[in-house]
This record gives sequence, C-alpha cells and structure tokens, in this order.
Amino acid sequence: MALKVLVGCKRVIDYAVKIRIKPDKLGVVTEGVKHSMNPFDEIAVEEAVRLKERKLAKEIIVVTCGPPQAAETIRTALAMGADRGIHVEIPLDQMDTFQPLHVSKVLAKLAEKEKVDIVMLGKLAIDDDSNQTAQMTASLLDWPQGVFASKIDKTDAGLEIIREVDGGLETIRTTLPAVLSADLRLNEPRYATLPNIMKAKKKKVVKMTPADLGVDMAPRIQIVSVEDPPVREAGQTVADVDDLVAKLKEKGFSSA
Amino acid sequence: AVMRGVPQLLSRARLVRAGFSASEPVLAVQAGILQPDKFTQTFVQIRGLKSSKVIYQAPLTAVDIADSGKQLKQELEAIVGPGNVSSGESVVLQHGQDEGPHPGKSPDIVVFPSSTGEVSEVCKICTRHNVPIIPYGTGTGLEGGISAVEGGVCVNVSKNMNKILQIHQEDFSAVVQPGISREMLNQEMRADGLWFPVDPGADASVCGMCATGASGTNAVRYGTMKENCLNLEVVLADGRIIHTAGIGSRPKKSSAGYNLTSLFLGSEGTLGIITSATICLHAIPESVAAAVVGFPTVQNAVDTVVMTLQCSVPMARMELLDEVQMKACNEYSGLSYPETPHLFLEFHGSESEVESQTETVRDIAADNEGGEFQWAVQQEDRTKLWTARHRAYYADIALRPGCRSLTTDVCVPVSALPDLVTATKADIAENGLIGPMVGHVGDGNFHTMLLFDPADPEEFRKCKEVANKMARSAIALGGTCTGEHGVGQGKMALLEEQFGKDGIDVMRQIKGALDPQQLMNPGKVFSRN
Repeated sequence: MALKVLVGCKRVIDYAVKIRIKPDKLGVVTEGVKHSMNPFDEIAVEEAVRLKERKLAKEIIVVTCGPPQAAETIRTALAMGADRGIHVEIPLDQMDTFQPLHVSKVLAKLAEKEKVDIVMLGKLAIDDDSNQTAQMTASLLDWPQGVFASKIDKTDAGLEIIREVDGGLETIRTTLPAVLSADLRLNEPRYATLPNIMKAKKKKVVKMTPADLGVDMAPRIQIVSVEDPPVREAGQTVADVDDLVAKLKEKGFSSA
Repeated sequence: AVMRGVPQLLSRARLVRAGFSASEPVLAVQAGILQPDKFTQTFVQIRGLKSSKVIYQAPLTAVDIADSGKQLKQELEAIVGPGNVSSGESVVLQHGQDEGPHPGKSPDIVVFPSSTGEVSEVCKICTRHNVPIIPYGTGTGLEGGISAVEGGVCVNVSKNMNKILQIHQEDFSAVVQPGISREMLNQEMRADGLWFPVDPGADASVCGMCATGASGTNAVRYGTMKENCLNLEVVLADGRIIHTAGIGSRPKKSSAGYNLTSLFLGSEGTLGIITSATICLHAIPESVAAAVVGFPTVQNAVDTVVMTLQCSVPMARMELLDEVQMKACNEYSGLSYPETPHLFLEFHGSESEVESQTETVRDIAADNEGGEFQWAVQQEDRTKLWTARHRAYYADIALRPGCRSLTTDVCVPVSALPDLVTATKADIAENGLIGPMVGHVGDGNFHTMLLFDPADPEEFRKCKEVANKMARSAIALGGTCTGEHGVGQGKMALLEEQFGKDGIDVMRQIKGALDPQQLMNPGKVFSRN
C-alpha cells in the first residue's frame, strides 16, 4: 500500500533577487544571478518527505527539467529527504522555449515509466507563474488532479485533499494514482542540514534528455517581448478642492 | 535662496564643542575676517532669527572660514556623488530616530557611501571640518544610538554597501557589508545547511549588531556577537582603515596582537565605522523541538533553568515569560495558557539527541512543580507553540492601545534573577505601571516592557525611574546595566556606576587616542569628562 511519489522541482531565479530585463527585451538576466529551488516545489518535496515519514510513501523520486546547474536543485531535494533523482537536461539557451506543455509530457512519461502513484508538483513556478504543468500532466495521464492542495490525507479509497479556492476551502476525494500541486499553506519546508547534504551526495541521480523520453522540444509559444512595468510618474499637487475637481473631470474620472 | 539646515550645521556643532548649549541662539563669528555686523545681518536675514547673541570666537582655520556648510556638502558630493548626499527633512528625520522610545535628533546631512574607500574619504572631510560623524546601519536600535545630539553627518553605510563579500562553507565563516541584515544572510545560505544564529528579534544589520554587541534568544547555545565575530574592517575618524584581527584574517582563534575586535565590538559607533564584518556561521540543526511549560513561581522556573544547565543540556533557547506577559499573549493571540510564569524552550541536535534532551528537561520541570509540558517537532507546530513568545512585544502594546514601551535590558548571574524579578515587580506595582517581562533566562538577561502614554511625561518619568532602579539593582547583584541593547544615551550614568570613575577614564583615554576631536557619535556611552 505504500506509495511511490514523483516530485517535480524547478530551478528558478531566487525570490529575493531584483529582476532585470535583458537588453534584447526577450527575457530576464539570468547570468551570475542567484538561483534556487522554486518555493512551491520546496513545499511539494517537503510534503512527499512527510508522507514517507508517516509511512504512507515508500519511495520519493525527484525530477527536474533544467540546465546542468539544476543538478544543485536535485541535490537540495535529496538533502530534504528524497531518495533518488532524475535530471532531464535542457541546454541553458533552450530554457526559455522549454515550456509547461513539454514539462508535462516529460512528467507523464516518467510517471508511467516509474509506475508512480502520486505526481507532486508546486502549484506554479515563480518565474513564469504559469500554473499549468500539474493540470496538463493530469490530463495527459488521464489521472485525477488535486491542485492548490493545503492538506493531503490518505483514505482507504485514495486521497482526501483540501484545496484553497477563492471562496474558501474545498475538500475533494480522488482515487489513486493522482496528480497534486502544492499551495503555500500545505506545510513549512525543512532546511537542508549539513549531514543530509553530505548524505545526498551519495544518492543516485540519473541523467537523460527529453528525446530519450520521446518528447519533442519544439516551442508552442513565442515570447514577443518582456518589459518593465511603466516607471511611476510623479504626482501632481493641486492648489485647492476646485482645482482637484477640475483635474478629475479633465482626466475623465467624474461623470458630472 | 535659503540653504535649509546647512548654515546651522557648523554653528551648532562648533558651539557645542566650544562649550555652549546647542539650544542657545548664539552665533559664533570668525573674528577679524568678516565685519561681524555684516555677517550677523546677512545671517539673521536668511534665517529669520529674531534675537541673537553674538560672540567672538578665536580665528578658525582658513578652511573653516571659507566654509559655509555648502562647502562641506560639495566636498561630500565629490566623494559619494550628488545623489548620495541629502539634507532633506524626511531623510534626516529618519536617520536620527531609531526604534526606541527616546526622541532622536536629526543629523544635518546624510551621506550614502558605496565603498570603504568612500567612507574613509567622508571621515577625512568631516575631520577637517570638525563635524560629528554618526554611523547608521538599519536604525533598529533601542537606546538612541544614532541620535545626532550634536548634529553632524550621518554616514548610512547600509544602503549602497550591501553585499555578502564571502561565504566560506567549510570554514563556517562569512564576510558581510553593513547593508546585509541577519535575515538576508540566512536567506542566502538556507540551501547550504548553514545559518547565523544570533537573533536579536529585529532584522538588524550584522555590522550594526557588531557595533552594539548584540545578542538574542539563541545566545545560551550559540553565543552573542562577541563570540561570533572573527574580524572587523573599521574606518577611524581620521579616515584610516584597519582590520581588527589582521588583514583578511579569519582563523577561529589567534594570539596575535591586542584584541582590537573586542574593543570595537559594542563600541556603538564611538570609535569608528564598521564597514565589514567577518562572522561565524553554524550548521543548521538536524532536528529542532520546541516545548512550553508553566510554573507556579518565577523561582520554580529559574530553578529548572539552573538544573538544566547543570545537567549540561545544550539548550538552544530558554525564554521566561512572566504571568503579566502570558496574560497579554493570551489576549492578543487568542491563546489559553494559565497566567503563570512560563518557560519557552527550544532543543537543537540530531533526532535522538533532541529526544533525550527533551526527556531530561521534562523531568527537571516536573521536579520543580512544572505544569503541562507541551512540545512539538513539526515546523508549523513549533511556530504555533512559540507564537506567544514571538508576538510578545505586540501583545504588550495591545494591553494599552496607543501606548509605547520603554524596554529595559539588564543581565545578572542566573541565581540572582528571582530576587531581581521580585524586587522589580514590586517597584512596578508601587508606581502603578504595567510591565510585562520576557527573559533570556539561560543568560540571566531579561527585559521589562514598561508601558507609558506618550502624552504623559510623568508616566514616562516613572518608567525611567523604575528602569534605572532595575539597572542599579542589577549592578549591585553582580550584573550589568545592559545585557544586549547597549548604553546609547540613556544609560551613561549607569555605566559610570558600574565601572567606577577609573574604569570610565580608561575608556575616555582610549577614545581620546582614536578620536581626539571627539567626532565619532558624540554624546553616547560615556560623557567627555
């Protein structure tokens, strides 16, 4: 009954970094910039590790689609408690065109190959904010999905998931296997400790390419431009209430 | 064209130097260079002064005479760039006021240097103009340490000097600039299994923490800044740049030369400006457990602490909250703890170590009439358990909406703690004040948050009296008038009591040697004579 869990994680620009747009306006500056694991993926890894600690899961496989540097991200997940890793290597210059649909296809293939019971992802990545991968993966696999999960429990028939939705909390039940995505309040991830970081170096990481899984890399979306939000303009001082009203009318804010 | 603030700069600073009160409307006039009447007239016209007493001062240097504050500003702009010099009202206001209850005095000019070299040049300029220098980090201090009591130039070293220069994972050390706060440092290292454990509550600048000799809830296990600083890069008043443990040195220990690092740690900006700090890092603990237990009396709680330390349990955090504080926390956070003194505990180590530590302390607490022993391992549960302690300050302020708090800070040998707490409580009650208590009881260090209405100077006076009495009792019991916050302005008299005249005179001599013109953060720690 103990489950096999496939956890996806992504190497993104660290959330504390100030983002700068590249001069060609086709992306953001990534060279020399601090990267770390997507915070929602940390939550996903943490949940998988807790499932294992509760003896509900028996093996955690962590997978990342990313450049050679993403090996660090896998190591962090292994240090948090994952058992082994799969690194689907994407050349650094192709990262922008490797999009959620491709990731979903990779994950779907791996889920079938590894015969996992749960695919666990972060609800979105903080660089593209897509919030698509979990849903598309579920669709490709034709598995039920429990996205924006804030609590996950095992039942006899499968899983009971509490989801954070706009109106409050929604409780759903799914059968297994299923695809889940972690929301912010699912848990507070642990820090990787030095002894665990050392142990993680000995855990197995397998490398492969999307082609090995039969996934084609052709982009479906083209980034046209990336721009800074408009610079905040200085405010205008008004002399008195009449002036204020006149200005409001002028700008079309008053129907009177 | 009125130059706001700047013409006053030199007058005020020089007047104080010459022994006049800064609030006297006096104009010092360089004798023999300008016709006094003409100068006075022009000045009075510009500043709109109604009355002014004119005195004749001995001729100052050529530089001083040519000077008009505008000159000073221009020289500073030449070093740091025009965008990094400001005497704007809100800028100077922010840079004179820290997070304590004492109203701060604004500096005349704030500069934002971008390198140690620039800081050095700024100091040279200020020295030549005989103008006070006040270093500024994050402004999170509590004792008015950044208040520009004699005006001057505030050197904000955190805005542009904000890099982590080095992290040495295997050596457990890092080198940071003043703009790096402890939370920023920990965020940077979070995936590497390292952390910087000194936690004073506020997200303070690490270099600022060196300047005040800061400490925190983890000190009982990991030490204070004094135990976690290997080297400091300091700029002296005359612009010299020194490295207190050696240039680029970062060994864990050294017997080389005088211990200058110790001298500058806790000097509160009165000896030099810290422009980078080499600090010790620690391994993030494998396992963390939190526990909370109540006791009938403070004595019971302290006995538990003493026995725990005697059993060599390597406690990471031991916090004492008194019954007034527990009541405040209950009301503020919607908790239902019994209103008695409580210990908030944290255990670090491997899983088995943490388990055995918890067992030991649970037994000791029970032996000392401890109540229910709640404990948690999961991150969220630990956070919930410690909510009361984390929100203590806000809970206190909520006891009397609109009030502010005079937070005291004394440290005594642990065995003296119950007596001091009892005496202080009696004093608080006698004065009709509200004063919840929180203590880093493992160090014998505790804080009372004396609440006062900011519109009631009498109440503030009473709070000060109680605080002073507490500090005096602490000194009498073999402790210190400040465990963590520093002396700033408020505790200068107490420092004299604690050290005696000779002790303070030695400090004065050292200051005189390093800062002969008395420019570095004047009016702090001890008086000139």
